[in-house]
Amino acid sequence: MSSSLASRKTFNLPWVDRLLNGLSSFEFGPKLQASVKAAVVPVVAILIFLGLWSVGAKQVQTSLGQFPGPAAVWDQTKALWGEHEAARAKEAAFYERLDKRVEKAIAAGKSPERIEKIQSRQYTGPATFIDQIFTSLYTVGAGFLVASLIAIPIGIVCGMNATFYQAMNPIIQLFKPVSPLAWLPLVTMVVSAMYVSDDPMFDKSFLNSAITVTLCCLWPTIINTTVGVAGVSKDLLNVSRVLRLPFLTKTVKIVLPSAVPMIFTGLRLSLGIGWMVLIAAEMLSQNPGLGKFVWDEFQNGSSNSLARIMVAVLVIGFLGFLLDRGMLMLQRAVSWDRNAVVR
Amino acid sequence: MSSYLNIDHVSITFPTDKGPLNVLDGVDIKVEQGEFISLIGHSGCGKSTVLNIVAGLLQATEGGVLLQEKEVNEPGPDRAVVFQNHSLMPWLTVYDNVRLAVDQVFKKTKTRAERDAWTRHNLELVHMSHALDRKPDEISGGMKQRVGIARALAMEPKVLLMDEPFGALDSLTRTHMQDSLMEIQARLNNTVIMITHDVDEAVLLSDRIVMMTNGPSAKVGEILHVDLERPRDRLALAEDPAYNHYRAEVVKFLHERHVQPDAPASAKADADDDESEGEQDGIRLVS
Repeated sequence: MSSSLASRKTFNLPWVDRLLNGLSSFEFGPKLQASVKAAVVPVVAILIFLGLWSVGAKQVQTSLGQFPGPAAVWDQTKALWGEHEAARAKEAAFYERLDKRVEKAIAAGKSPERIEKIQSRQYTGPATFIDQIFTSLYTVGAGFLVASLIAIPIGIVCGMNATFYQAMNPIIQLFKPVSPLAWLPLVTMVVSAMYVSDDPMFDKSFLNSAITVTLCCLWPTIINTTVGVAGVSKDLLNVSRVLRLPFLTKTVKIVLPSAVPMIFTGLRLSLGIGWMVLIAAEMLSQNPGLGKFVWDEFQNGSSNSLARIMVAVLVIGFLGFLLDRGMLMLQRAVSWDRNAVVR
Repeated sequence: MSSYLNIDHVSITFPTDKGPLNVLDGVDIKVEQGEFISLIGHSGCGKSTVLNIVAGLLQATEGGVLLQEKEVNEPGPDRAVVFQNHSLMPWLTVYDNVRLAVDQVFKKTKTRAERDAWTRHNLELVHMSHALDRKPDEISGGMKQRVGIARALAMEPKVLLMDEPFGALDSLTRTHMQDSLMEIQARLNNTVIMITHDVDEAVLLSDRIVMMTNGPSAKVGEILHVDLERPRDRLALAEDPAYNHYRAEVVKFLHERHVQPDAPASAKADADDDESEGEQDGIRLVS
């Protein structure tokens, strides 16, 4: 009985059946049972997904060959890692050679300017997949940070001042649904016109992507901060009136803490949107990140391209998940509201 | 010779969609120092409005409130309020909630160490010293209300205003809280105005009970002097004829002479218009 039940639950995975049967013959608490279930169910789901993917992929033929299954994607993951290691080795070798040249130049008594010129040479190999991941994280981080620094104060003022909110609301509602792809050409033109410098601190492509991310990250944070600040309990405000708290103290000690759960909800939404927007922005602005990687592979059109894009897709998903979990942990750490949605 | 706290012919009218609504009409109450006054009346009669005007959270349309012969126009810590739903900051610990008030009120007159001691002293007074580091989420409703009282007491108010302080508590906890409050009152001899729905609570705690007529345009109906020896013991008083007489007086006022209007439709419309207390009193009515 228990075996048939287990096999129905586990879709004919005999080892799971055996494991569950073995476990059920012991006395163990419902807590352990629950944690075993919590561990087994997702694994089973992933295995089913991989199976369906593998079978499904074989049915799809494209001009670049068969659609990649899990095995092909795994091969390309290893290949991309290998390319990264090779590039690192090449870079290390380059700097080793450079050091030797500098030593030789010093020994030969060359002028300091000449030595400096040798030293200033940089390794200029192509960005590997791993480098591109970090570029993407850096870009989304920069855009998100700038957006948060703008959005939280605006949201606070909107929440505290009904007139300001009435003034801002139509603008917020108008720009909130705009796709990043509509912003990007404008941002590109503005950046190339305004950001003119002989020794630029940032690449233009980086600025284009980061600013586009910023423009899309603003709105959820503004809206949620406004709601949080405006929703401060009237009783708590009455307490602050009875205590005659000055405006700044009231804001810092009562309004802000009470809005923190909502602010973090907004930040989480913004970061999620920002990460999605970034990939699109990088594709078009050629910022050397994951989006560019996908676009380049697509343009490249080799037999491995689809598998490599699939690797990027999985990495994008996984990093998005990690970013969200990170925000969630931060939210839990700073939030007083135990009842807030924390999924 | 004027009294300590003079609620002088206070009227208040709220503008509503259906025209102005006169909630209080010439409410006149004089309170002596150290007196414990209860305000009792049916839901929606404007008891909370009276309290909010004394607190300065609402402005009277006519008349005014004088505390030690100075007019009261805005809220201040000399008229500390204990709110019905405790109103503690959920992100602060028990200690920090009280400390916030202490820091604000005594920032110039007490040193840091004195403020710490004063915070602890007031929490000791309400028997909450064991839970200084707990958050409001982690303590019971009665304990939260104790902290709310400690916070109000810590402001050293001239008048302590309590808006149905025990209304949200179960009856056993309420009994404990009433005993605690009497004990604190015996030690500190504060001037207190308390709103209540509970006849026993009013008789047990008060020196005088102010009974209000039904709104709109509520007035002071009757004032009952409760001349019972202090300290009062609820068990002994249960058999006491004087106590039962006072109790009967209040019940007669509320349920004979000023029955809640029987026309639910109009009563409901009035309650909806009563901005200051319509909702929370409505909930109490159902319970």
